[in-house]
This record gives sequence, C-alpha cells and structure tokens, in this order.
Amino acid sequence: MADRFLKKIVRLRSQNYTCSRRTMRFSTTAAGTEEKCLQQTQSGSKSVNLFTAINQALHVALETDPRSYVFGEDVSFGGVFRCTTGLADRFGRHRVFNTPLCEQGIVGFGIGLAAMGNRAIAEIQFADYIFPAFDQIVNEAAKFRYRSGNQFNCGGLTIRAPYGAVGHGGHYHSQSPEAFFCHVPGIKVVIPRSPQQAKGLLLSCIRDPNPIVFFEPKWLYRLAVEEVPENDYMLPLSEAEVIREGSDITLVGWGAQLSVMEQACSEAEKGGISCELIDLKTLIPWDKETVEASVRKTGRLLVSHEAPITGGFGAEISASIVERCFLRLEAPVARVCGLDTPFPLVFEPFYMPTKNKILDAIKSTVNY
Amino acid sequence: MALSAHRSTATTLLRHLSAATATIPSLRNLSTDSANPLTIETSVPFTGHKIDPPTRSVETNSQELMTFFRDMALMRRMEIAADSLYKAKLIRGFCHLYDGQEAVAVGMEAAINKKDCIITAYRDHCTFLGRGGSLYETFAELMGRKDGCSKGKGGSMHFYKKESGFFGGHGIVGAQIPLGCGLAFAQKYNKDENVTFTLYGDGAANQGQLFEALNMAALWDLPAILVCENNHYGMGTAEWRSAKSPAYYKRGDYVPGLKVDGMDVLAVKQACKFAKEHALKNGPIILEMDTYRYHGHSMSDPGSTYRTRDEISAMRQERDPIERVRKLLLSHDIAQEKELKDIEKEVRKEVDEAIAKAKECPMPDPSELFTNVYVKGFGTESFGADRKEVRAVLP
Repeated sequence: MADRFLKKIVRLRSQNYTCSRRTMRFSTTAAGTEEKCLQQTQSGSKSVNLFTAINQALHVALETDPRSYVFGEDVSFGGVFRCTTGLADRFGRHRVFNTPLCEQGIVGFGIGLAAMGNRAIAEIQFADYIFPAFDQIVNEAAKFRYRSGNQFNCGGLTIRAPYGAVGHGGHYHSQSPEAFFCHVPGIKVVIPRSPQQAKGLLLSCIRDPNPIVFFEPKWLYRLAVEEVPENDYMLPLSEAEVIREGSDITLVGWGAQLSVMEQACSEAEKGGISCELIDLKTLIPWDKETVEASVRKTGRLLVSHEAPITGGFGAEISASIVERCFLRLEAPVARVCGLDTPFPLVFEPFYMPTKNKILDAIKSTVNY
Repeated sequence: MALSAHRSTATTLLRHLSAATATIPSLRNLSTDSANPLTIETSVPFTGHKIDPPTRSVETNSQELMTFFRDMALMRRMEIAADSLYKAKLIRGFCHLYDGQEAVAVGMEAAINKKDCIITAYRDHCTFLGRGGSLYETFAELMGRKDGCSKGKGGSMHFYKKESGFFGGHGIVGAQIPLGCGLAFAQKYNKDENVTFTLYGDGAANQGQLFEALNMAALWDLPAILVCENNHYGMGTAEWRSAKSPAYYKRGDYVPGLKVDGMDVLAVKQACKFAKEHALKNGPIILEMDTYRYHGHSMSDPGSTYRTRDEISAMRQERDPIERVRKLLLSHDIAQEKELKDIEKEVRKEVDEAIAKAKECPMPDPSELFTNVYVKGFGTESFGADRKEVRAVLP
C-alpha cells in the first residue's frame, strides 16, 4: 500500500564504485502509525526528489506556524542544494534570511530564538562545517532544559545539515558526523532515507519540542525520486521501520546507506539468504524494540554506516543488542562501516561500505 | 582607469642608451634588478586604520614587471585549465579557482622571502605556485595523482609546500587564522625575524575565530599579518549582506589595518613590504586586499546568479591585474605587444605540458589510505577483513 509512495528510480549511489543505473524499490511492510499517516494524505502527491521534498516541508512549516524561521548561509537564495528555494519570496526576508558565515553564531542565535518560543530552523551548509557549532549544540542546546529545571528550553530548534559521501566530495564535504551527536543526551538525531520520509520526518522534527539535528543525505538530494504527498504530514520519531522483511539476518542502517544495503539484500536473496532491513530513522533516542524483535527472529545482526567504524553509532547498536539478545544470537554482530581513516579524496571507493562488503558480511554472518 | 605611472627619466635614458649601443645587453636580459629602476604610483592611495599608510610610489624595475606579467599569466592559464579538467571530471572533489586575484599572490611573494610563512584557505592553487610550487605538482594534486604536492591525498583544497613555508590549504572557513598566529608565535619565539601571512576571505571575516586570533596576536605582539582577500562575495553572499562593516581593515579595532588595491600587484607588494616591517617591530596588522574572483565560488557555482555579468566584465576591463601590468609594460616601452602575446603562448604550452605529464602519473597506491593517519613510527597498521581498521600502537 505505502509501496506506491516508495517506488522510486534511484541512480544508485554505488554507481561510482560499480556501474550503472538500477531500479530501487523499498518494499514496506511495517503497518501502524506511518501507514495511517499516509492514508490520510493520499489526496495529492507528486514524484519529486529529496531536496524538493525538504523544500515542501519548509514551506509547510513556515505556512502553518507564523513563529517559524529559516536561516543559514545562503538560504534566502535557495541554498547550495536548492532546499530553500522560494521561501524568502513567499514568506519574506524577515522570516527566511541569510546569516554571515559563522556556524557557532548560527546555532547560538537559533537557541535564543527558540528559547523565546519560536521554531528556529537553522541550516548548516554541510555537516562537515557543524563543528564550530559543536559547543553550542552540546553545551547550550542539549542541556538548556535540564540545567534550568525546565524553566527554559530550545525545543523549537531544528538544525538541518547535508551529510555523507557524494562520490567525489573529499575531506570536508563528505563526512558523516552523526555519532558525535548521538553521545549527547538532550538532542535528537534524525536521518531520512528518501524524499517521502524526509518531508514527514522533517516536519516532525520542526514540531518536536526538543532540539534536533537533522542530517540530510546529500547524495540523494537529486538522485532519489519518489511520490511525496503534497500536503502536511508527519512521520513519528524514534520509530524504526522494517522496510524489507526476512528471516535469516537483520540489517540496520539509516539515510543514504539503506539503498546500498537494499541492493546487498537483493543480491543475498539470489543466494537464498532472506534479509530483514530496518531503517532506524531516529538515532537517539532510538527504537531498540523494533531492532530487538527483529534480531530475536533472525538471530543475526549487521549494522552499516558511512562513518568510521570505531566509535560509530553501529557500536552502540551492537552493544545494546548483544545485551538484550545474547542467547538468541547465532553469530557475532557484523559492522560494515567506513574505515578508520579521515574521509579520503581519491580513495573514496575503498573507504565506503559498499554493496559487496555488505554482501560478504551477510554471507559470513549467516554461515558463521 | 587611472594608470598613473610615472616614467622614470633615468630608465628612459638607459633604455635609449641600450638601444643605441650593442655593448649593453637588452634590458630584459639584465640580471641586476637595480640596473633599470622604475617608480610607479599605485592605482589608488592606501587607506590606513590607526597607522600612517605607506607611500603610493612603488619602486620596481622592468625585469620585475616582466616577471609579474609572466607569473600572473601562468596562474590565470592554470586556473582556466583546471576549470576544463574539472568539467572533464579529471578533477574531483571541490575546486575553487583564483583567477582575478592573481595580483595578491604575486605581489605578496615579491615583498617577502620563503622563510616567511603563508597559510591560506581552500583557494590555494596560485598561492602554492607563488611559493615556488610547480605546475606538474599542481595538476597532479588536482587530479589526485601520487606526484602531487600532497601525494594526491589532499586535492584542490589541500596544497602544501613545507620547504618554502607554505602551510596550506585549509578546508574550513576561517579555521586557518588562529593557526597563522601560532606560526607567528613560533617565529617570534625563535627570533626568526620572519612573519606569517594568514590569508582569509571576506566571508571568513565574520567567523569568531578571527577575533580570538586577533586578540592573541595583539596581546603577544606577534609578527602576524592578517590578509583579508576581499573578493566581495562570501560564496553567493555580497559583503554588505553579511558584514555590518565591510571595511575589513578596520575590524581589528585595536589592530592597525591597511586597505590595498588587491588588483594592483605593485600596491600589494608595497603593502606587504610595509606590513612585514611593521609586524616585526610592532605586532599584527590587517591588510584588506580589494580584489575580485572571476569564477564562481567553486565549480558548482556559475558565479552569475548573485552578481551581474556586467559587473564581472567591467572588472575585467577596468581592474584586471594582468592587463594593468601589460599596460605598464607597453607604456614604459619595456616590451612590445607581440612579445607579451608570445609569453602567453609559452605559458599556455607549459600548462598543457604539465597537464599531459600529470595525466600520465599514477594514482597513489591504495595502501596510502592508511598511512599518515598517525605517525608511522608509532606502528600504525591496518588489519582485519579488507584492512578496514587502523591500529596505532603507542611506543
């Protein structure tokens, strides 16, 4: 049913490493809230790419709440990835505005704006540039509510930033810094995998009463295209989704990596291995129950992300599942991640957790 | 355009003499700079902030002007070639071109020596060339080949040349500025009598790090020269949209500053010479170079959505740094039009040859992915399936 929305043609991200175009399809099986959400909104939908879906979400956010603001470097011109196109013209430059090039200032300003009861939607141009703002996020935003005994908060703050590899981005336009933020109680970290997900999750993030870091897979901005409902809808946070059902091994991932994992699952299926694929969507607080239930069924777990393996969020998932499902596990938890090196320029194909690496890990885990 | 150059009578005389007698070699072949001095006035006066600006009259000579012309033409050609290579997908990653701003790199080098340090952001190809880097190393690095100046591991944004004090090539806007102060502190501590030029753009001028660095530099009287290359657009944002005061030379408050025509190579040279003397005696100074980039911010920016094509072509016609020198050379009768055209042809050939050679150069060995993450001697090794993990054994 929701499959209709999830049909997409994606020029797969692995093209630079392997070859060609393929058709990608996420088959959805998870029922519940999300499907209901979508049912209500089937009135009108269009096939759009991910940046357009983000753009739609921002239009909706600004339209539905007069106290919402969008700001960041170059956003009033539409942003470097065109996510904020048309916002300034429609809502005015007092609500959609460019900031100087100062990430620490952008986030700190956003915290103040949110503390006055507004929805501050800040853009950091690349996730790689978020580190000057790390102090504001970790020490100011995340702890504001706690340390003021709930007198103040910056729950209206949402920080959007494009993350991840694009095939040729080099050291400072490719990193996946999500794990740093997953170590910070008080903020949420959300990463969508597709246009339809991006719109619903972003609207949830903007309206969630907690500060959120929302990482957008920049590789998919133009490549991922699917049917996206045109109206206002939200997808629940902290709820993982089983996007492919299987019985032999559970794969957990998020964002752009899911399309690579999906390919590996299809390949594995040809060899008779039935894979269950889970999109975590919210990294903290994450949906342990869905992952646990799946691993109890399959007895095996593989986690994959682009960020370096050591200290990556895969480590946390692995540890939690081992704690909960120790006696059900039939093989060690496998992690297929980026290498423990800086994100490389010319070595990107070696660095990336590619389909073949995942496929190898699936086989060795199942045959353990 | 006010090309207010004064012809030195002495030089004219000399030139006439040399033309007349066969015993005196042609001016351009003279190896001694002092043989044919010229004094040329800068396009506009310098403007000082809490400091008396240097004189507009710049000492130079015909040979230096010819070198300026050649160096800038080479840089221009190199950047245009990089543009094509990027479009042909031979250069990957992010690529920021310097064409239009050549006078800053060239003028600065003319005033300092290789023991002075330079540190800049990601628009670094020409600064590298100015520091003595070769075209081959440049193109090899741009294309990620192993003979590149960073062994092909850095790419466009990360050029370095340690032996001539070029500390690179930094990817994060403004992050190199405090580093420059650290370099200057070391120079002062070692009593080197050298200075550090820290370059940043008008966009970076709004980063908090700049002000942290300025305070430290002034507090400890460091020989730090902060060079704001003001090309008037921080990516797509015009300076006045992002800066309350676009008078960047004044924004050091307690740190003196100088506004310089960054399209006039002689003005840049004069300012840098002046700044070096000042910094060694009195501590930091800001130089705001009023310059212009012809290309967009990076290769993904056509550069024409936030400024008019008229503005760009007017800049090319009226303030182009290479054309300025060309006019000086012609008006002082130092070179003929044809000779300059020949230089440009020569330069084009050099660039093409370097590209051809760089294309032949292999990519670095995949094992290089694991080197230089930690110090080798510390026992870094890669292990595991696919060698996907790096272990650094501490001594």
